[in-house]
Amino acid sequence: MEKHQRKLLVVITEAAIERLVIQDARRLGALGYTASAVRGGGLQGEREGAWEADRSVELKFVCAVDIADRIAAHMLAHFAPNYAMTIWLADVQVFRAEKF
Amino acid sequence: MIPDPVVLFFLLGIGARLARSDLKLPDALYETLSIYLLLAIGLKGGVELARQDLSALLPVAGTAFLLSALIPLIAFPLLRGPVRLPRADAASIAAHYGSVSVVTFAVAQSVLVRAGFDAPSEFAVLVAIMEAPGIVVGILLARVGAKASHSAKGVSWGTLLHDAIFGKAVYLLLGGLAIGALVGGDGLAPMMPVFGDLFRGVLALFLLEMGLVAGGRIGDLRRAGARLVVFALLAPLLFALLGLMAGLALGLGVGGTTLLAALCASASYIAAPAAMRVAVPEANPALSIGAALGVTFPFNVTVGIGIYLWVAQWLIG
Repeated sequence: MEKHQRKLLVVITEAAIERLVIQDARRLGALGYTASAVRGGGLQGEREGAWEADRSVELKFVCAVDIADRIAAHMLAHFAPNYAMTIWLADVQVFRAEKF
Repeated sequence: MIPDPVVLFFLLGIGARLARSDLKLPDALYETLSIYLLLAIGLKGGVELARQDLSALLPVAGTAFLLSALIPLIAFPLLRGPVRLPRADAASIAAHYGSVSVVTFAVAQSVLVRAGFDAPSEFAVLVAIMEAPGIVVGILLARVGAKASHSAKGVSWGTLLHDAIFGKAVYLLLGGLAIGALVGGDGLAPMMPVFGDLFRGVLALFLLEMGLVAGGRIGDLRRAGARLVVFALLAPLLFALLGLMAGLALGLGVGGTTLLAALCASASYIAAPAAMRVAVPEANPALSIGAALGVTFPFNVTVGIGIYLWVAQWLIG
């Protein structure tokens, strides 16, 4: 079976900006995303998701290397300075290249 | 006097946090309870609203609207001056205090009923009216004279207003009010076992959760500093005074005046945080939430509402 190289971009951030992040990622070339509600903590404390304003979301984008880099750079420049945000990239292989 | 059991549930929640208990209400239950409370408050208010002379309520509604726009304008210079906060933080906190807390309203109703006063349920419409104006004024305060923020430039007023009006709280309240007004008390009777009889029990459960949430914010207070904590204790008293004066001027009864005071004294912790997070990203949410939810909400629920009722009785007699 043929496999294609792609990047998995994971963005964990505040649920308050979920819509903005997805909107920007799509504008920069992401074809789709997966979102899940998460909770956790880091250097600046805990985000427990105890009520509306405390919710966090994990967004996964699988896309071409250059698009993943572009989205990551945009997130780091526009959202990371003011919002709780964790981003990482990983290599993944997909089967249906046209979906990503 | 034996305290309101609803308030004791709140203290139970705070106690669980302080004792580092593993008590946690499932997220889905929190959501369910909040939807229930908003609808129940709306429905009951709607039934009363249909019975009322609407022209009599108009001046109250107009005053409530103006008060919620005025409160941030008073809070902002206090937060800039004596509390010494940057513009963005001061504007964000001011917006939280301009907007209102529906749970504080529900507790005020509960306190009034227990004390034997009439708690006008049609005042639920004021909760919906007072939700957005403070947020809009807060955003204006942040944007006037501030450098355009990079992350917020994609957010239009249209989106912000849409979220404030069609957000869960205002939508369910207004929806409940409309349904209640449309079907009236008789039409609603078959639903009353759920939306009426269960109300106080559900409110108690919700306050248990609020206690857990508020107790979790106590850590934020260390970051916020003593000046903000003092503000969060004095602001509800100051703004309640505005509500008490307005209630007196409008000729409201003890119940109506107390509810208006409680609404003025309350700070939003659902609509305002979401809106300010998007509109004023550079404001530190730990400060506004710490003040609104860590100090002002517990203060109002445990002692504030009692004080407002006492003053309203003294003023109106």
